Amino acid sequence: MKELFANRMRASFVVLGSLLIVFVAWPLLRTVTAPGPAVLWQTLLDEEVRDSILLTFQSSLIATGIAFACGVPLAYLLARADFPGKWLIEGIIDVPIVVPHSAAGIALLMVFGRRTLFGQAFGHLGIKFVSAAPGIVIAMLFVSLSLLVDAAREGFEAVDPRLERVARTLGASPWRTFWCISFPLAWRSILSGIILMWARGLSEFGAVVILAYHPMVAPVLLYERFLSFGLRYSRPVAALMILICLATFALLRVTAGRKRGEA
Amino acid sequence: MTARGYLQVRDLWIDLKEFHLREINLDVSDGEYFLILGPTGAGKTVLLETIAGLYQPCKGQILLGGNDITAVPPERRGIGFVYQDYMLFPHMNVAKNIAFGLRLRGIDHKTVEERVCAFSQLLGIDHLLHRSPRTLSGGEQQRASLARALVVEPQLLLLDEPLSALDPETREGLQRELARIHGELGTTILHVTHDFEEAITLGERIAVLNNGRVVQVGSAEDIFRKPNSEFVAHFVGTRNIFRGKIRSEDTRHKVLCLDEVDVAVVTDLVGDAHGSVRPEDIIISRESLRSSALNCFRGHIIDIADRVSIVYVTVRVPPDFVCIITKRSLEEMMLKEGQEVHITFKASAVHVF
Repeated sequence: MKELFANRMRASFVVLGSLLIVFVAWPLLRTVTAPGPAVLWQTLLDEEVRDSILLTFQSSLIATGIAFACGVPLAYLLARADFPGKWLIEGIIDVPIVVPHSAAGIALLMVFGRRTLFGQAFGHLGIKFVSAAPGIVIAMLFVSLSLLVDAAREGFEAVDPRLERVARTLGASPWRTFWCISFPLAWRSILSGIILMWARGLSEFGAVVILAYHPMVAPVLLYERFLSFGLRYSRPVAALMILICLATFALLRVTAGRKRGEA
Repeated sequence: MTARGYLQVRDLWIDLKEFHLREINLDVSDGEYFLILGPTGAGKTVLLETIAGLYQPCKGQILLGGNDITAVPPERRGIGFVYQDYMLFPHMNVAKNIAFGLRLRGIDHKTVEERVCAFSQLLGIDHLLHRSPRTLSGGEQQRASLARALVVEPQLLLLDEPLSALDPETREGLQRELARIHGELGTTILHVTHDFEEAITLGERIAVLNNGRVVQVGSAEDIFRKPNSEFVAHFVGTRNIFRGKIRSEDTRHKVLCLDEVDVAVVTDLVGDAHGSVRPEDIIISRESLRSSALNCFRGHIIDIADRVSIVYVTVRVPPDFVCIITKRSLEEMMLKEGQEVHITFKASAVHVF
């Protein structure tokens, strides 16, 4: 505490920094505390709200699962191998962060829409993307996969490749080395990537709303209630969403904090 | 299983980013302790990693026990590897680190435990088995990583500057330990270092590596007595190195007995040892000097080599001592080849190792 106010410069930095903290914390606190526990409980009992929250969680989980299965191997390659065009791959992975998410939704619609090649092919399998849960999943996947891939990549980069080499000389195959050495050592970083991506998926609005207004994910439901019934009716849903996201975020900070504490 | 640790490297070429190794040829006999000596950046680590199978050479062959293993993946080569900075698996305790290779071989739990126990005793770390690597000192970590490599009984053990990260005292202890373990297990060892003294203490033979090429192979004696190039001579440094036995005159005085003379030294070592005297620490005089220096020998000059401002004078006692004097001293003393002179140096100027 003393360090914060050690001199005048630091004290003024404390004031400036605090403005930002209050700017973030105050609205959140207002939203969460305004409805009162009884109203929040009522909202949770609303079937439409519950279904949409469940749908949001599930879709984000599936998106994260897909990103995990394909993104962790990709992250490993990016951390370990040099190849021509690597910069391009790295760029492609990070593009979803910089494009407007509604534009991302439009882009996905161009490929997975009803009349497109992909859309029709999947249609034959009984999977449709527009106005359906798979659409929500791909929208979430598109906008949040960078988070998981980048975290996993950082995790693998922090593992000394010579640890893997020693494992190889001790008799471990490349697969064995990955599962016994590289993956467990990068796990904390991958885990925070998973949580971050999942939380980002939960909050996605722009891309999802273009592919699938219905069935409604929580952010879309919130938007709809705000437009149709106004602030009063959308507030409890917002409070609930914020509380849930806060809980996941707390989880992330705990895991990341433990990682730092160990190193 | 004769000669299972016989390593042959045939015309090996490696290109890897900034490292280029050219025409590497090595023959390491079964059970030999072989040293590769070279300056930092000479490509020593890359050479070892290629022998271990971690990199593919662009050309050439590697044979172990007579079998061509150039295309064999590292996990099936039976070659152990120890890095300078230990590379213990940080998410496993010492026992699990050592057991890693055994577990992969599907050896039953009890045997694994016995072997881990035996090798940790061999390296004197049996009291550390349940500790996490990050709580160990450098010397202890290096012992653990040696145990981990040795427990799977490799045909060949590669040591990449295994002592360089340690403080001098620990280094000396572990160096002796390496020699002892090599004697006990008889594993072929290929050890890489930039430290000349480490090389002559441990190595039966030494290969000098520079700029990606092996520039000289031979016994320690050959390398420093007959360097075949300017580089080797410079890298090894012109120094007087002798091999002998340490004997105690009485409790205070120790001497290093060479074949012809006894040299007074200051050391705690016993038994066989090397002694070195820097050429600039030796004083040449025409008359015998009465001084505090314990070492005073008479000999005659067999060679005078002029190097611009300094002069290398070789005095045969025997053995031969190389001394550095200034050109001015040479002229003032009017030294000539064949002349009889006295050389003097302090016991503390002799580095014993």
